[in-house]
Amino acid sequence: MTLSCIIVGASHAGAELALTLRKEGWQDPIVVIGDEPYLPYHRPPLSKKFLVSDQDVDDILIRKCDFFEKISVIFQLDTRVIEIDRSNKMVTLGNGERLSYHKLALCTGSRVRKLSLPGCELQGIHYLRSIDDATAIKCAVKPKCKAVIVGGGYVGLEIAASLNQLGVHVTILEMEARVLKRVTAQEVSDFFTRIHAEEGVKIECNKSVTSFIGKDSFVNCVACRDGTHYDADFVIVGIGVLPNIELAEAAGLEVDNGIVVDNFACTSDADIVSAGDCTNHPNQLLDRRLRLESVPNALEQARTAASFLCSRRRPYASVPWFWSDQYDIKLQIVGLKAGYDEKVVRGDHSSGRSFVVFYFKERSLVSAECVNRPKEFLLMKHAMAKGLKVDIALLADETVAVKDLIIAQET
Amino acid sequence: MPKVKYISHTGLEREVDVALGNSVAQGALDNMVAGIDAECGGFCSCATCHCYVDDTWLDKLEGATDVEKDMLEFTFDPKPSSRLSCQIIITAKLDGLIVHLPEDQS
Repeated sequence: MTLSCIIVGASHAGAELALTLRKEGWQDPIVVIGDEPYLPYHRPPLSKKFLVSDQDVDDILIRKCDFFEKISVIFQLDTRVIEIDRSNKMVTLGNGERLSYHKLALCTGSRVRKLSLPGCELQGIHYLRSIDDATAIKCAVKPKCKAVIVGGGYVGLEIAASLNQLGVHVTILEMEARVLKRVTAQEVSDFFTRIHAEEGVKIECNKSVTSFIGKDSFVNCVACRDGTHYDADFVIVGIGVLPNIELAEAAGLEVDNGIVVDNFACTSDADIVSAGDCTNHPNQLLDRRLRLESVPNALEQARTAASFLCSRRRPYASVPWFWSDQYDIKLQIVGLKAGYDEKVVRGDHSSGRSFVVFYFKERSLVSAECVNRPKEFLLMKHAMAKGLKVDIALLADETVAVKDLIIAQET
Repeated sequence: MPKVKYISHTGLEREVDVALGNSVAQGALDNMVAGIDAECGGFCSCATCHCYVDDTWLDKLEGATDVEKDMLEFTFDPKPSSRLSCQIIITAKLDGLIVHLPEDQS
């Protein structure tokens, strides 16, 4: 009897889980089922380099084509899993085929949140999650055309920077009073607003989109609640993502804003693990449960899950981190600022393109947002992982070298 | 196809084929060379693909950008020969490149 591991989802988490299983000595078949027709590929470039270059899928594969073949990982692509039968330990595929599993891994990720407004069925309204989405956007770009981006989050801002680089006239419509309001402090929002203005992207805040207007079934205008209209040759909506939990929920697994897993990425069924954007997981370092939309989280959790399936217990305890590239700006974020009660800015966010915002809770560092400050980023990432203390009084003083911002540990 | 040799901190050698246009980090990942994490996927964002370029090859490489230099300064045990391997793109003249891997990527 073969003891297959079936991995549902062929993106960052699924790929890392499969190859880590082999590294950890899993000898039995591994089958990865993905609903896209592609081998696992990097998603972050889709809003960045992929959009502005002639890259195709082969240029952004997570591992080159023959890698998974060499390590005997079988892919069933362009295929959906529609049901998990836990009592018989089988999954049912969209084509009716049933596969039996010994262990199952749910790496179902997340999907874009969609707008439901008059006109949203018009052609020329795009979302960005997959390579096909990005390719469709690339095809929509014509010299000097106008694009409206709905949503001023990181993805929206990255797409705006890329389209701007291609010569597109870009307008971002943000519902809140400032871009990135949900995720960052005023200083960082102000900074990106200024940079985009300097680069020629128009940002309009307090704009609640009410409908899309079209001609010959193609969108050509976006209407807002305050009566304003914005002409558009195409529209991109970037208003966040939702975790893909339905498969797990229907199978009776515990679900609560994500598939609930423990420190070892194990779900409420001991034969089923889950990793990546779709999980609600505990983080020991932060002492709370999280659902994260990030590549580093997907990778680290996938490794934890693979180890668990190979009977090695390696608890997941990573400091969350994120990055965003726009124009010549590299933003690197470590930690989560939720619940912070104090912040310190190092550098000047109102001119130039380099500064850091540090966030503290009860005098402990909980996050740092580093704009073109890789030194601070790496040091703070290290400090948070190792529980080192930061000298709050020195942070704003740029004459103090970055390495001296950590308080020496008493031995 | 160009060859790249990776030498671990304990002296283990692995020589693998890396296609033109691929990075030294990608070459390690595609061939399961231990010691390169490349957490971010090769976008100069995490500094977990740190390597030391063998002295015999240092003058054949393009210099590091400022961002890369800043990141290198905060890697585990940086040296003058330190590079982020995601930023070394294989060209014909780099056929035979030798890189040494650090003890730790954190």
